[in-house]
Amino acid sequence: MAGTKYRGSEISDVDQFIKDKDGLGSEREVEIGQHIGYRYDVNLVPDYERLTPFLKDYLEVMGWDDLNWLEDVHMGYEDGKPAVFDRNINGWVRVPDSISLPDNQQDRDMIARELLVKFQMSDRHPLVLLRKAYMKF
Amino acid sequence: MAYLSDAELKELTQEERVKALGMTTEQLTGRSMAIEFDPEEEKRFTYPWAPDVDYNKRTEIDADNLTSTEVNTKLRSLMAEGYGSIVIRNPRGKHGLGVGILSRLNLIFEGSLGYFAIGLNDGPNVRINGRVGWSCGENMMSGSIVIEKNAGSTFGAAIRGGDLVCKGSVGSRTGIDMKGGTIIVGGDTGALSGFMMQRGRMIVCGNAGKNLGDSMYDGTIFIGGNIRSLGVDAVPAELTDLDKSWLIRKLGLYGMIPEKGIKHFTKIVAGKQLWNYDNLEPTEKKLIL
Repeated sequence: MAGTKYRGSEISDVDQFIKDKDGLGSEREVEIGQHIGYRYDVNLVPDYERLTPFLKDYLEVMGWDDLNWLEDVHMGYEDGKPAVFDRNINGWVRVPDSISLPDNQQDRDMIARELLVKFQMSDRHPLVLLRKAYMKF
Repeated sequence: MAYLSDAELKELTQEERVKALGMTTEQLTGRSMAIEFDPEEEKRFTYPWAPDVDYNKRTEIDADNLTSTEVNTKLRSLMAEGYGSIVIRNPRGKHGLGVGILSRLNLIFEGSLGYFAIGLNDGPNVRINGRVGWSCGENMMSGSIVIEKNAGSTFGAAIRGGDLVCKGSVGSRTGIDMKGGTIIVGGDTGALSGFMMQRGRMIVCGNAGKNLGDSMYDGTIFIGGNIRSLGVDAVPAELTDLDKSWLIRKLGLYGMIPEKGIKHFTKIVAGKQLWNYDNLEPTEKKLIL
């Protein structure tokens, strides 16, 4: 029934879900064979000391003094791989193996933000095709 | 799939366009993780279809004798002409103004707006020198909205990203179902604020009404004043140093840091007692029943 108790595992290590792709930490997760909850801290606010040059340029072009919507973008982990959730396609986009991951979530989040902006603004983003198909002329 | 120009696509019906672009044969299942980022992606900051606007190119619209649709259509045509700063005079509380803008823009309203103002936006920075009605900024994706006076209920309903700021007080159910972004209220907020909040951040410098954060799934609420009561599964949490520096930064952007500072703010998060979404549970229930 609803209102029982949180039965998922806690995040203790930045590489937790790369080392253990199933992420079955708690008793309940092992029992049901499914990870409960996010694989990253959705409430982690950004450390502005770690902005990348690309992100600084992006904020300037958009006329924003902070990360704005990108504050909600984090590097996540799916199937043991680093990935970023793209809300515009409602799916995970893989981070290529050629990108080496920093040892902390804050710097990883900045990389995730940069990759996601570049992807969303590119011509190969699925939204470009969707728009062509369904736009009102 | 043969390449079709926009002019050729324009001649087709929507059904024909969808088929011509190969969308009916597309594999829909197992798509997650099918796409990989390209580290060599071109450096671009706006959507491919966004009009190339210049913030220094400024114009005005007098909305006095225009309908909401006419104002919104006019906005689009001005953006297509490259205007990046647009002032709308005499909005006179009309509903649904400034919605669906999917690119960068400086938009200023000289007056008050009605229901569902500035909804479904992705990019623009909007300032409203007046009040707004219900559901301002609903489903906002990115950008900023700053309201100089008060706002109605369901302020920022289902917001997904960006900053939604009201310098005055707001009604009830602020940030209902919010899935991201930041809502900032300079004054008080009504009952059931943060109801079914899923993620994102809400800052209220004043007091909060009954059932704050009721059934919140995740996200963070910061309250500077008193909380009439907490809702189901909303629990206090420790205000970290990172939270404090973020609060100072965010409130500072809009000139809204309280005289007393932010150290007295209460942080509210989800207790995660309602997280029951695992596969086994329906089977268990069936066995019991």
